This record gives sequence, structure tokens and C-alpha cells, in this order.
Amino acid sequence: MTQVSMTVNGKPASGEVEGRTLLVSFLRDQLGMTGTHVGCDTSQCGACVVHVDGKPVKSCTMLALEADGAEVATIEGQAAPDGTLSAVQQAFQDHHGLQCGFCTPGMVMSATALLKENPKPTEEEIRGYLEGNICRCTGYHNIVKAIMAASGQDVTAIAAE
Amino acid sequence: MPKDHGIGASPKRREDVRFLSGTGNYTDDINLRGQAYVHFLRSDVAHGRINGIDTAAAAAMPGVIRIFTGADFEGVGGLPCGWQVTDKHGQPMQEPGHPVLAQGKVRHVGDPIAAVVAESREQARDAAEAIELDIEELPAVVDMKAAVQDGAPKVHDDLTSNLCYDWGFVEENKPAVEEAFAKAAHVTTLELVNNRLVANPMEPRVAVGDYNRASDESTLYTTSQNPHVIRLLMGAFVLGIPEHKLRVVAPDVGGGFGTKIFHYAEEAFCTFAAKAINRPVKWTASRSEAFISDAHGRDHVTKIELALDGDNNFTALRTETYANMGAYLSTFAPSVPTWLHGTLMAGNYKTPLIYVNVKAVFTNTVPVDAYRGAGRPEATFQLERVIDKAARELGVDPIALRRQNFITEFPYATPVAVEYDTGDYNATMDKLEEIADLSGFAARRAESEANGKLRGLGVNCYIEACGIAPSNLVGQLGARAGLYESATVRVNATGGLVVMTGSHSHGQGHETSFPQVIAEMIGIDESMVEIVHGDTANTPMGMGTYGSRSLAVGGSAMVRATEKIIAKAKKIAAHLMEASEADIELKDGAFSVAGTDKSVAWGDVCLAAYVPHNYPLEEIEPGLEETAFYDPSNFTYPAGAYACEVEVDPETGKVTIERFAAADDFGNVVNPMIVSGQVHGGLAQGIGQALLEGAVYDENGQLLNASYMDYAMPRASDVPFYTVDHSCQTPCTHNPLGVKGCGEAGAIGSPPAVVNAVVDALQSAGRDITHIDMPLSPSRVWQAMHG
Repeated sequence: MTQVSMTVNGKPASGEVEGRTLLVSFLRDQLGMTGTHVGCDTSQCGACVVHVDGKPVKSCTMLALEADGAEVATIEGQAAPDGTLSAVQQAFQDHHGLQCGFCTPGMVMSATALLKENPKPTEEEIRGYLEGNICRCTGYHNIVKAIMAASGQDVTAIAAE
Repeated sequence: MPKDHGIGASPKRREDVRFLSGTGNYTDDINLRGQAYVHFLRSDVAHGRINGIDTAAAAAMPGVIRIFTGADFEGVGGLPCGWQVTDKHGQPMQEPGHPVLAQGKVRHVGDPIAAVVAESREQARDAAEAIELDIEELPAVVDMKAAVQDGAPKVHDDLTSNLCYDWGFVEENKPAVEEAFAKAAHVTTLELVNNRLVANPMEPRVAVGDYNRASDESTLYTTSQNPHVIRLLMGAFVLGIPEHKLRVVAPDVGGGFGTKIFHYAEEAFCTFAAKAINRPVKWTASRSEAFISDAHGRDHVTKIELALDGDNNFTALRTETYANMGAYLSTFAPSVPTWLHGTLMAGNYKTPLIYVNVKAVFTNTVPVDAYRGAGRPEATFQLERVIDKAARELGVDPIALRRQNFITEFPYATPVAVEYDTGDYNATMDKLEEIADLSGFAARRAESEANGKLRGLGVNCYIEACGIAPSNLVGQLGARAGLYESATVRVNATGGLVVMTGSHSHGQGHETSFPQVIAEMIGIDESMVEIVHGDTANTPMGMGTYGSRSLAVGGSAMVRATEKIIAKAKKIAAHLMEASEADIELKDGAFSVAGTDKSVAWGDVCLAAYVPHNYPLEEIEPGLEETAFYDPSNFTYPAGAYACEVEVDPETGKVTIERFAAADDFGNVVNPMIVSGQVHGGLAQGIGQALLEGAVYDENGQLLNASYMDYAMPRASDVPFYTVDHSCQTPCTHNPLGVKGCGEAGAIGSPPAVVNAVVDALQSAGRDITHIDMPLSPSRVWQAMHG
């Protein structure tokens, strides 16, 4: 067992982990932060996406020890302290970009990273960027629409209902 | 102006706040003090005789608490099947046992053999690897037709064969059907496969069993679509626990699509083991494990024939289907290819004579059961593909051929038992032509061809029977359960309401849509209504959510309970206003005396019910809480028309979906935004089935694509924006909301649209290709073009 320390959503977090402990397990099991989800075991689905030092990372494919000393951001830290949802979160709610909610933390974290890197992505760029985020409920229509709306683009032409 | 509240409005969903903040409560988020973890050791051969299981080395490993095998379950019931089908000779289906852990034989890759309970997941898994198995591998049967040949290895030694049943429907009509075929002017034949799918909701299955020795009460937390059903099946048939000692909780559930309906071995195991070791026992499926333990879907092989007269009227239809049951009968499996499939073979059409034969077969594969649409996608696919083929053979426009044969008079009694209450198939087809801009297709095709691509247009209709189901009817058909739904509406003293529903939301947004109905009935704000679901301890017995039934059946129960509330509230209001009950009207949250300006607010009536000082105690009791159980009198019949445009790259065979339009008739709609979302999701799953997905077994029964790496799940780049419309509304005639349900439609109607489009594209290039089996992967399309 080895000590690991990192900052999670701005607060210090530490614990004892095995060499093989995944970052997602550390977050869920040791820190009790169950917002980050595990949906697969081959690194395809993206339900586990968090930000490590500002970059989107699949936390199921990173060992906890690799995040030692890093700044980690998870879904629990996206809203403001008073509960106000981030622009991306609010856009997902406004445009019905989630149904069962299980892929949603990873989708929001990926979308947030995308908009930082590409503030006004096209539909094609968004769909391509989300290759590592699988959703089984929404058919992606409202997710893509929500991300475009969050970026400030006009989505009135995209059918709502 | 669209409404902003009540029925027909699209308020933002309440569920979203917790899901977007990472504060949902999914079953894997539940951790009980002192919990132990279980890892299942599963068979890696498809068929074998268990000669020995040596757990000695494993039991000595760090953290191991106890190891269970099939022997521990000898005094315990097997997993029950909830539907008994009678074959065409009037005999009951063959029904093998289904032990919680394998006994004597393993029958599919993934069949659980042993369960290691340990202090941590990793320790349980490490110890499982140390179990020594002596399994004598037996030849596996994977192909259904081979499985029913004489001499085929038997999946179940105590059955006479691998044929579960040979079902004919309607058997008495068979001679007339044969005669119609004999004198048909034209017969179109099509052989096709409805490919085996893995539902893959994003949340893998989880079960947490807990036991309280002091009160002898067991609790199961599980990723289920129907906690009451699990409680009944597991309590009564497997573990022998009476309901008052067994609580089942399905908290936030991350998608189901049917796969989370069934009662699984892992649920029974965790409940049993928690009592055995007097500690909570938790199981979390890995995705690879889900592929070999979740029930699969579809897997039909069908030959369908359509007979037409000289004027292109459909005169008869006959089908023969092999339906894979897998190695064991999952909870509803026998009903899917029979009553949920055969009864839809009329489709939207007046075909007067229909005969459906289904042979359900056991094979050494994962059990197969309902998956979004459950039998109706299979029916729609074969019917709409054979109609499309007939149109091409006859040189008739595929839409015109359909319109000519549409049912136009309702109610309509089909020759396959079901009676459609209402519908207007020309209206949805008209709407489709408009929203899909079909008249612009020729120009779009010219543009694709200028870019070196083939372009095809596929159009189809669908109808489904959902809003499952009238209990006495399904009982006659072999269901071992009722299919009503329930609601308790509890009004609080200060006027808010809690609705405890037997329905379950795992993505459908009931916490948002159900209050819209109540708010509209009473005239209060939706924020005053709270929905409680998922816990057998605080909801009335209900059958859960699947089969597009929650609004049609669950919503109807809620309406009936609310009507009882309103009726009682009117009595109270009448007393408060010293008026006659018959003169009391309820509007916009106030009770008034007709023809006067006397009124009393909803809140005052509620308070009076709980503080009954000025109250007709000699006539009615205090309190304001009512329960209703609603058993529908018929299925509901949503229907529609879909259009898909594809491009096919002739160099690679790759198919892209360029446009997809869906014109649906769902009857009345409560929340349009949620309804559209359901259609979007269904379309993606249908497109996935048509182009990408398919569980592949080799001849040894090995599942070759048992992970997300190898099973092609649709991604955002595989689909376009969809054009969906549900403004055509012929309200259901037999439920109080006039709703038909919408959850499965997208997955039912879309696969034929996609395949029809690809065939159209290839034929436009002069290729004489009449069918390609799903999934239409690039290599399959390329082979069809160049083979």
C-alpha cells in the first residue's frame, strides 16, 4: 500500500492505495465521490472522464498513483458553491441532454474540456470529439445540441420537439 | 404558444439537477457498513459437465469469507420463468430448471459456477482465479436449426430435445392461409435474420443484499426496472421469503431497455448470501461480465411470405421463425417471439389471413429475452422488409403499396387476436412526406452521386402493441403475472401531494412528467407534487416500467387515484361551503359552487381533511389519501411512418445515415420534450442494430465480441440530428389520458428504414441486391456489391 495525495475540486485528498488501484476507484471508493461512473472495462465509454491538471482523462485508465500531486476536477466540482450549474450543465438541462444520467458526468466533463479547447465547435467537431463518450439513452441529438448551446451558438434551427 | 405547465408542456426535468451534479444515487453508489464483495467465477466453455470444483486453495486466500457453489443452492428454488407458452399441439412448453449457481452442467459461456465472497472486490477476484475447476467440455449447440436436428447435443438432459416449443398462430387459420397462397397472383418471399443484440445500458448491473438478523428482514438493492416483480419472484419462488420480510429497492437506475426487468441469479445470490454470512454482500458487474450475464435480445431467423392479388392487395401472410431462447428461460423470454411478435403481423395493413409459426430453441448461449420493443421490432422488420421487396418486384412505389393496404376503419380486429382501437396511418405518412421532404430526394441523390456516393431512401411504417397489458388476456396466453399498475396519492395537510407509483423511472423522467398530469387535474403548481418510486417499502405493488406502459398504465392508475381524491375533496368543499356536492366545481386549484362566487382553495380543503373540525365526520373519514390499481382493457397501439436516407461509399461499403425522419402517433402527449428524447434514443438503437451491432458466437459457443472494444455501440458520429414529429394524435380510446406510450417506437420502426434505404441505394446503382442481413457493416455491404 502506498500513500497518494492530490487536490480534488480544489481540496486536498489523500489515501492509501495499491499499485493497481485505478483513479476512478480512489475517487469512488476512498473519497466517496460517486459522481464519476464506471461503464465499461476497456476504456471506450467515457462515463469516468475527469480532468487531471486541466486535461480530460478517463479515470478508469489511469492509476491513482499516477495522479499523485495532480489537480483533479470531477463532476461534483463543476457547479458553483451556491449550486448554480455551470454553463455546460445548465445547457444539458435546458436541452434535455440526459435521460438516465449515467453517462452524464463523463459527457459534461468531456464537453467542458472541448469548449475550453474549441470555443465554437461545429456539429461535426462535437460528434467527433465525443467518440470516447457513449450514451445509450439520448441518441446524442440533444447532447450535441446542448453543447452547441453552451458554446453560445444559435440552436433554434435544430428541432427540439 | 406552447404551454409552460401541465399536460403538453415541456418543463425542465427535476431529475437532471442531481444527475448533472454527480449526486445521483445509483446502486453502485450504495455502500453499507461492513459490506463484503462477491465475484462470480463463470464458465468459459459453452457446454460442460462439472466433475469437480476445488475451492480449498481459494478459500485460504487473503480476505476470503466464504465460497459458494451450486451445492449451496440445492434447497433453494431456481429462477422462475414468468410466462408459459402452449405449443401448437396444446402442450406446455419445455421448461428446464435454472439454478442460481450451476448444478451438474454449465450451459453457456458466462454461466456462474462459484461465488467468492471476500473483504474487497480485488480479493474476491484474486481468489476466484485460484478455484480449480474440473469441467468436461461437451459439444456445444449454437446454430438454432442444428440444435433441433435429431442427435444434436441437448442443452438440458432432462428435456426431450432443444425445442422449447413449436407455436402456431392462429392454427385454425392455417388451411385458409395456404389456400390464399396457392391462388395468389404474386408471392414475395424473404429470408432474414434479426440479429442478436446486447442491450448495454450504460450502467452495468449491481446488486447489494443486506440482512437484519434481529428482525429477520432481507433487503436487496438492485438495478431493476421493477422492484416489486423482483420481490415477488425472488421471495416466492427462489428464496422462500414472505414479502413483509423482503424489501427490494431500485434507486437511480442507469438505463434498462428491458435487460433490467428480469430476475437474475446475482440478485438471488446476494440476498441469500447476506443472510448466510450476516453481512451485506455487494456485486458489481464489469462490462465484459455484463456481455455474458445480461439477457441478450432479438436473435430470430425468419422466412416470411406475402401473397398479393392482381391489384396489389395483400391477401395473406405467413412466417416461420426460429427464436433463440439461449441456455435457460429468462423471465419473459417465451412471450417475446409469440404474443409480442405474432400478434403484430398484421402491421398497419388489412391483410385478412395470417399464419405465424415460431420454434423457440435452446442453445448454449446467453439467455435471450425482451429488449426495447421485445418482439415488435422483429415483427416490424420482417413485415416492412417483405413489403418493400414486394414493391420492387411489382414495380410499385413502396409508399403507394402501403397506403393502398392501410387499415382505415377503427376499431379494427386483426386476424392475429389484437384489436386496434384507433389510428390514422395515412396522416402519419402524409406528415412523414412533409417533414422528410421526400420530394427533394431526387436532387439530394444527384448531389451524392456527383460526389461519388450512392444514395438511398427507405420508408416504412410500424405499429406496436404496448401499454402492457390486460391481465386476464395475458393470463389466458400464459402469463404467470398480472400486468396492472398502481398509484397511491397522498395529500398532505398543507396541500402538497406525494404520488407513490409502482412505475419506475430509469431515464424516462417520471418525476417531471407525472406531476404535470396531477397538476393539470387539480389546477395546482407542479412543484406541489412529488413522485416516489423504486422502493417496495413505500410504493404499492406494481409491475414496473417496460413495454411503453408507464404513462398508459401507471399514469392511468395515478389518474384514477387522483379522481378519488378529487371526489372526496369535493365532499369536503361542499361541507365547508354548505352546498350540495353536485354543485361543486374544481378549477385552477379552487373549489367553487356553480352559479355563485363562493369558493374555497385547494389548500383549505386539504387542511380540513387533516384537521376535521368543520367536517362531515358522520359521512366520510378524515384524511385525503387514495390508491388505485389500473388494469388496462386493451393494449395501446402507437404507429407511425419513418424515412431514412443513406449514403453508401461504393469503394468501402460504408453506410452513413444522412437524414432520419420519424412521424409518430402516440395519442396524447404529456411532455413533448421527453417524448422526442425517447424517440431519439430508440432511433439510435435501431440504427445501431441495422448498421453496427450484433453479438457474434463462434461454433464453440464463444462470444467473440464481449466488450465495448469489439461490440460496435453507436457513437455520436454514427448518427445525425433526427427530425421527429408527434403532432398526429389519435388518442387512445380506452385509458383516461388518451396516451399510447412512446418508449419503444424508435427502436421498432428504424431498422427497416435503414435497410430499405441501403437496398434502394444499391439498386439505384444497378446492383440486383434484394436484401442484406443486419448489421450492414462495410464489409457486408461491400461483399454484397462485389460478391
